[in-house]
Amino acid sequence: MKKTDPDLLLFHAPLLRQGMTTPKAMRDVLYALAPATAASMWFFGLSAALILGACIAGAVMAEWLFASQEARGESLRDASGILTGLLLGLTLPPGLPLWMAFLGGFVGIALGKVIWGGLGHNLFNPALLGRAFLLATFPIAMTTWVPAVSDGGFFQVYAGNLALPFMQAPVDGVTAATPLGMMKFEQEVTPLTNLMFGKISGSLGETSGLLLLLGGVYLWLRRDLDWRIPASILLSVLIFSAILSLVDAVRFPSPLFSVFSGGLLLGAIYMATDPVTSPVTPRGAWIFGIGVGVLVMLIRVFGGLPEGVMYAILLMNAATPLIDRYTQPRVFGRGTDSK
Amino acid sequence: MKKNEFHEEFIKGIWRDNPVFVQVLGMCPMLAVTNSAINAIAMGMATFFVLVGSSFLVSTFRHLIPKQVRISCFIIIIATFVTIADYTLLALVPAVHKELGAFIPLIVANCLILGRQEAFASRYPTKLAVMDAMGMASGFLLALLSLGSVREILGDGALFGMKLFGENFEPWVIMILPPGGFLTLGVILLFFNWFRLKKDEFLEDVAAAERGGN
Amino acid sequence: MNAPTDSGASGSMRLVLTLAIAGLVSGIAIIGIYESTLPTITANKARELREAVFKVLPGVSQMQALVYRDGELVAVDRPDKDEPVVYGGYDEHSAFVGYAMPGAGPGFQDTIALLYGYRPDEKNVVGMEILESRETPGLGDKIYKDAVFVSGFSALSVEPEIVAVKKGTKSRPNEIDAITGATISSKAVVRIINETHADWSAQLPEPGSEPRLEATETAGTEADQ
Repeated sequence: MKKTDPDLLLFHAPLLRQGMTTPKAMRDVLYALAPATAASMWFFGLSAALILGACIAGAVMAEWLFASQEARGESLRDASGILTGLLLGLTLPPGLPLWMAFLGGFVGIALGKVIWGGLGHNLFNPALLGRAFLLATFPIAMTTWVPAVSDGGFFQVYAGNLALPFMQAPVDGVTAATPLGMMKFEQEVTPLTNLMFGKISGSLGETSGLLLLLGGVYLWLRRDLDWRIPASILLSVLIFSAILSLVDAVRFPSPLFSVFSGGLLLGAIYMATDPVTSPVTPRGAWIFGIGVGVLVMLIRVFGGLPEGVMYAILLMNAATPLIDRYTQPRVFGRGTDSK
Repeated sequence: MKKNEFHEEFIKGIWRDNPVFVQVLGMCPMLAVTNSAINAIAMGMATFFVLVGSSFLVSTFRHLIPKQVRISCFIIIIATFVTIADYTLLALVPAVHKELGAFIPLIVANCLILGRQEAFASRYPTKLAVMDAMGMASGFLLALLSLGSVREILGDGALFGMKLFGENFEPWVIMILPPGGFLTLGVILLFFNWFRLKKDEFLEDVAAAERGGN
Repeated sequence: MNAPTDSGASGSMRLVLTLAIAGLVSGIAIIGIYESTLPTITANKARELREAVFKVLPGVSQMQALVYRDGELVAVDRPDKDEPVVYGGYDEHSAFVGYAMPGAGPGFQDTIALLYGYRPDEKNVVGMEILESRETPGLGDKIYKDAVFVSGFSALSVEPEIVAVKKGTKSRPNEIDAITGATISSKAVVRIINETHADWSAQLPEPGSEPRLEATETAGTEADQ
């Protein structure tokens, strides 16, 4: 049994008291996501709140269930479960049944974090793992997009949300393709202003590009985020799509469309920058970001799916240990071979 | 030979030395064909037939098989039984054979079967060897069936093709696909190990209490 | 137990003998099971094929295999291996009805193999059955589970070639509604039919001059009925 004597505290160096702690960093990200979260409720009404709530409940439930007795309070207090739930929720379609959202949060934490040994040991971003699980498990529900609420007002809830556990969502008459889907399957381009301010169909959090950028700037000012990762992702997407649209402007999307459509901003700013699952070295961060950007474009343009941010980040997550290993700085005083 | 010795050889394959959950053998058919309960049973029965048949032959002729070529002989025996099972299934239940596809001929490569010949059948009398084979094969069948049932219930809302939840059930597509096999097997192994851990802890506690009482 | 005292020569003789005997017994067993199950297996396969042909060609009760040799379509008992074959379907008066054409091509995951019924007099596809596919359960497998999609092939013009259109927008006789969420699989089915049709269209004879039903082939089938 572990005993703690409140009068005798043993620490090893460093004994510097630093302002930055894990719970603080997590809370900063939550604040940064607040505008985008509010926007999702503005566009999709009560449904957005319900889905985000279900995801967070699932994530926190898994945290609580699988933590040992002593660690229970600790793992709940660092807010990482809440953050995972929120991030997952923001990537889901607004009409998704709530039980699926709950399951996604639960699986994300259980398979994405707990099984690896908890916070700091996971290889993949838990929120994206939860989403990948949902996409593979319920491909139809996960790709059924509904238009933003128009006249029903805030309290209108999509019929799909209220499906009973394990049951299908009732077939909703009104569906709408996402801008990327329209681009891929019907060669229809959505105007850029709609992409920036969010008057489009899509997942809860990806619709408003500007608010996501705003949160990113806040995180950058607070030094919570390695700016190299989003910068290199967005730059490589810009360059790649600029080359493509020079080749054929009709078939391939314009660079700005590529950046503002789909989950790219959400993924680049909030998910790829997860300190646990991205490289620690500056050079590694560049490699990681470029890898994500190129993969996103490859999947979007040449793959069978309209959107590829999730798979791109998960794939680069898997490559992170390797990148870290090869970009380690030379130890001072040693030769070039670090062996 | 005492009666309970036979029992013991049979029971150990089902629980204590379960080929899948404890020895983690035979993963290839385990993951490949368990997307429905009926496929799992067909695979389990075929393996049962092959394992019991070859254990019987190997144990019966164990004194005649020279040590240097024993593995070749085992494989010849196993492959013969697998071929018999293959053609029989193809003739009797072509639909199931189509589902199982290449995995019936691949039974020959199931390490569980060769492993039992080498570790048990070639060293023990025929009766014990057959009991051991039946126990192991039943354990394998049970493991396949539990995985197949979970995957069919979640992936199709059905068991043995009967719908359990009505028409509106939302199928978990991943469960029928290969990743579902890995996930389900992982979760089942997790519970199996957790259960064993708890059991060991409980036994230790009991032992400690007894010592304390004395 | 093989005693370690065995001399080298007799030892290896014994090894060879053991393996030879094991191989012999095994070979006999395998031949036995092969010979005894072969009739059932062949009959099963033939029955499956007949059922599929009768399903895609409504009104057909007899069939024969046709291959293209020396510039014309001829009836054969058993086509050579890897030789392209179509099946002629005939009604109970032995009059020609249409062809059942097997086709295969890449789907979303793996090769899709199908059989479709084609009436040359109407230039129409009259039925389609998927024989083999590994499309995604729940999405791609609708190409054979979705009754609406399958029934879309019961009257479909192949000239000009079939086009898969978005669900609910079928307006011409050569258009078929694709399955929502399984566009790639639906398009694969359409493409396979179009390609098979293009491959064969030059080799099929003029409507009205199709090969007759050969008497030898019908004897068995009529006895069944």
